[in-house]
Order: sequence, then structure tokens, then C-alpha cells
Amino acid sequence: MNRSRARYWSYIPLVLLAIFYLLPLYVMLVTGFKGGDEISLKQMWFLPKAFNFDNYILAYQKLSPNLWNSLNVVIPAAILSSILGSLNGYVLAKWKFKGANVIFPLILFGMFIPYQSVLIPLVQFMHNIGLYGGLPGLVLVHIIYGIPITTLTFRNYYASIPNELVEAAKIDGAGMMRIYTNILLPISIPSFVVVLIWQFTQAWNDFLFSVVLTSPKNWTVTVALNNISGGQIVPWNLQMAGALLAALPTLIVYIFLGRYFLRGMMAGSLKG
Amino acid sequence: MRNRKEKWLAFLLVSPSILAVAVFVYGFIAWSIRVSFSAWKGMIPDYTFVGLKNYIDLFTNNQRFQIDIRNTLMFTTIFVLGTLILGLLTALLLDQGLKGEGFFRSLYIFPMAISYIVTGVVWRWLMNPAQGSRISGLNLLFHTLHLDFLNSSYTATPYWGMAFIALPAIWQLSGYTMAMYLAGLRAIPDELREAARVDGASEFEIFRFIVMPLLRPVTLSAMIILGHMSLKTFDLVVAVAGKQLPLDMPSINMWQTTFDAHLYGSGAAISILLLISTAVLIIPYLFFSLRKESQ
Repeated sequence: MNRSRARYWSYIPLVLLAIFYLLPLYVMLVTGFKGGDEISLKQMWFLPKAFNFDNYILAYQKLSPNLWNSLNVVIPAAILSSILGSLNGYVLAKWKFKGANVIFPLILFGMFIPYQSVLIPLVQFMHNIGLYGGLPGLVLVHIIYGIPITTLTFRNYYASIPNELVEAAKIDGAGMMRIYTNILLPISIPSFVVVLIWQFTQAWNDFLFSVVLTSPKNWTVTVALNNISGGQIVPWNLQMAGALLAALPTLIVYIFLGRYFLRGMMAGSLKG
Repeated sequence: MRNRKEKWLAFLLVSPSILAVAVFVYGFIAWSIRVSFSAWKGMIPDYTFVGLKNYIDLFTNNQRFQIDIRNTLMFTTIFVLGTLILGLLTALLLDQGLKGEGFFRSLYIFPMAISYIVTGVVWRWLMNPAQGSRISGLNLLFHTLHLDFLNSSYTATPYWGMAFIALPAIWQLSGYTMAMYLAGLRAIPDELREAARVDGASEFEIFRFIVMPLLRPVTLSAMIILGHMSLKTFDLVVAVAGKQLPLDMPSINMWQTTFDAHLYGSGAAISILLLISTAVLIIPYLFFSLRKESQ
């Protein structure tokens, strides 16, 4: 009895923590709505006098080419790396060839490396194959460096499917690809959602690859946002509106598909 | 016979991915190592072998790299400790089956979905060090709430500036750590705690002698994951601090040394040192995680 009453005191730290996590979002949101007469830093914490959408419209005009660049990179990158991950995961879980148990950790290591350690050759390579500066090169890079995590997630999922299912299908005469397309692919749709939104989020939020590999007109939104931030050239309420626009796509995905996002997150620590 | 053909087909199916990872991860690392042993300066590749010269110069003749090492240690310590403590605290608070648990959990994790650049852009304004009549951001909030003792110069603090960049990093990743701890707490059977209660153990004793020891593997995993993230920290520092020397990190140093100053040999050496430091954490972790799984 005593214990259960005491539990309710927990709401005090829980609410305080909620405020801590929401503070930056609050500042971003209210500042974006403020008009020219209330953008003084002194009024930072006040609510806006009226809802003024001008900043968001201006920020969108400024960042829209970059937002579209991001979208054009992220969607094909997420889809293609998920498909590759699913095929790899299937083979590494159900059609283990000799050496598969060595290759798997070698692939996994690729998701933990600091990308600086491949950056110089990557830039040279992109120059050599004529993909430096543009968006297709960035898509390729996100696909390849996405392979480890997508392979991991799918392999763990397919490994949890009983082998008897695959064996039974083999006896019935189904080949490797038939088993994949008819049995495993249909039941792995939730894993596809997990991997797709994880890759979407990772690629959308990427900064390093984009800043090193794209020319200014192909900058993704993170690079463009960083470029206008901190300085005096772009007013700070516009910076905040821009930050919110850059955060919105992944935030919306998180709000509606948070459960799947969480599973992707745990997979990243090998704890899926 | 047919089985063998299928196995070949299976291998064929994964070979493009294996090839891509072999080239883009291992091939490129080998290439970077080669650059780090070279005299390459300027725009034109120059693979003249100079041995360990670039590495030795970093440790003996490069003040910026000394700052990087200090900053990495400072940032990593505060970020990992802060994230673990806040993550554990929130997990314990949420593990009591309270109403609204799911809501708070989602709220604490949402920063994970946002890019470091967005986080950095906002926190840069929150951590505005201006004082007096120009006071703003968190300092202004503290002043209004009569909490002036919390007033700080943040990243402008001499020597300790880097420690404050850990603040947005903790904000961003404590929810992730909380999720790891929650999974760990959920795995502790209720009977264990009930039995201890029957034996007259206090809630604190249960936490200290039952829960904490069982959470130790989670803490270790979280430390490794967070530690390796912290070594690689790049975007967040760029967005919060711009590129200031007192707030430099190896990742930023590598970027500028290579692509702005065109000292490719030196930049590659920094990147390989960065790789070694993360590999020391990650390789044993991968090894033990996969071995445990196969048992």
C-alpha cells in the first residue's frame, strides 16, 4: 500500500524531465511563429502574440531545394538498402554457405566505423566514377553503408523463423527464390517497416557524407541548415523555423511509427 | 546436387553486397592507411612512403591534436556518465507501471529521431553565453526562475567549454539508454524482487543487491555503444560550436586538415587513429555479442 502510494511522487521528476526534453522543441516552435517585433532574444521564452506563418514560409522558400534533395536521396537509399538487407539476411540466416559466419561480423563492423576513415578514398573514387558532387553518388553511399544494419535486422528476424518451415517448402519442391518470395518475404513486412524508417531517418539526418560529397546546389537540408545557422545573416527566428522544417519529416515518422523506430534503434546496439 | 546449385545461387545473391562492403569498408580503410603513410600534401595524390611520420608528428608536433585528445576525453566522460545516469533514472521511474508510461517513454526518446544539426542549431541559442543586458537562452530562463547559480558561459567557458557540448548530446541520447535499461529491467523476473521483499529487504536494498548487478551487462553494452559514438562525434560539435579550435574534435580536425588544408597524409593518420580507438571498443563487443547469440 505504502509502496504504491509512493509511486505517485514519481510524476514530479517525470514531468520535470518531460520539460527538459521539450524545451528545445518549444523554443524552436514558438520562435518560428514570432513576428519581426518580438524576435528579440529577451523574449525567447514568451509565447508568440499571434500565429505568424511568415517565418515558416520564408524558411521553406530558402530550404525547399535542399528539402527536396534530401527526399530524393533518402527514399531510393532507404528502399534499395532494405531490399539488399533482406536478401542478405535471408541467405545468411537460411542458406549459410561456407564462411557465412565469418562474413557476417565483417559486414557488421562496417556500421561502427568512423566514416572519416574511408572519406579520402571515397571522395577519390566518386571523382573517378563521375559521381562526385551529385545526388546519385550520395544515394549509392547511403545504400552501401546501410547494408550492415539492414542485413543485421533481417538476418535476426529470419533466424527466428523455424527452419522446419523452409525444409518443408524444400520437400515440396520450392527453390530458394520461391521460398523467399512466397514464404519469408510476406511475413517480414514489419521488419521492412523497421528498416525503412530507420534508414530514412539515418540518411535524412546525415551530415558528413552530404557535406563532403555534394556540391552546393545539391546540398541536403542538414548541410544547408548548418550553413545558415549561428550567423547574423539569417535572423534567428528564421533559423528556428528552418530547423523545425528539417526535423519535421523524421519527427512525423517517429510520432506515427515510433514502435518500429524503437526496434530499429535497439537493433543498432545488437540488442534487437 | 540441386542443393549445391541452390547454395551457389544464394552466394551469388549476397555477393554484390559483400563486394560493396569489401571495397567501401575494407578496401577504403586499407587505402586510407596507405595515404596515412604517405607524404601527400596538396591537390595531387602523392604516395611517397614516409612511414609513421604523420602519426609521430600528430603526437609530438601538433598542438591542435593535443586539444582534440583532451576534448575527446572530456566530452566522452561527461557524455557517457550523464547519459547512463539519466537513462537509468528515467528507466527506473518508468518501470513502476505508472499511468502514462508509454507517453513519457515516447517523449524521452524523440530526440533520437532528430538530426544532430537541428539539435545543435537550437542548443547553440539555448546555450548563449551572453551576460548582463544581453542575457538570453537558458541563462535568461534561470534568471527569471531565480536560479542564477545555474548561470554559465557554456561552451565559452575557458578549458571546460567542451564539457557543455555534452549537454545536447545527453539530451539526444539519454532516451536511447533508457530504452536499453528498460529492456534490461523487464527481463528481471518479478518473483526475484517479491522473494526479497518477503525476506524483508528494503526497496533500496533490492535495487542495490538485485537490480543493479543484473543490469551490469546493459551498462557495459551502453557504455561501449555510447563511447564509440562519442569518439565519432562530428555533426553536433560543428552545429553547436562552428569550427573553433578550443572546441575541436578529431573528426573535425580530420575534415579540415584533409579537405581545407589539403594535408592528406596527416588527415588520413587522424582518421586511422579514430578508427583504431573505436575498433578497440567495438571488435570485442561484436565478438562477445555474436558468440552469446550462437550459444
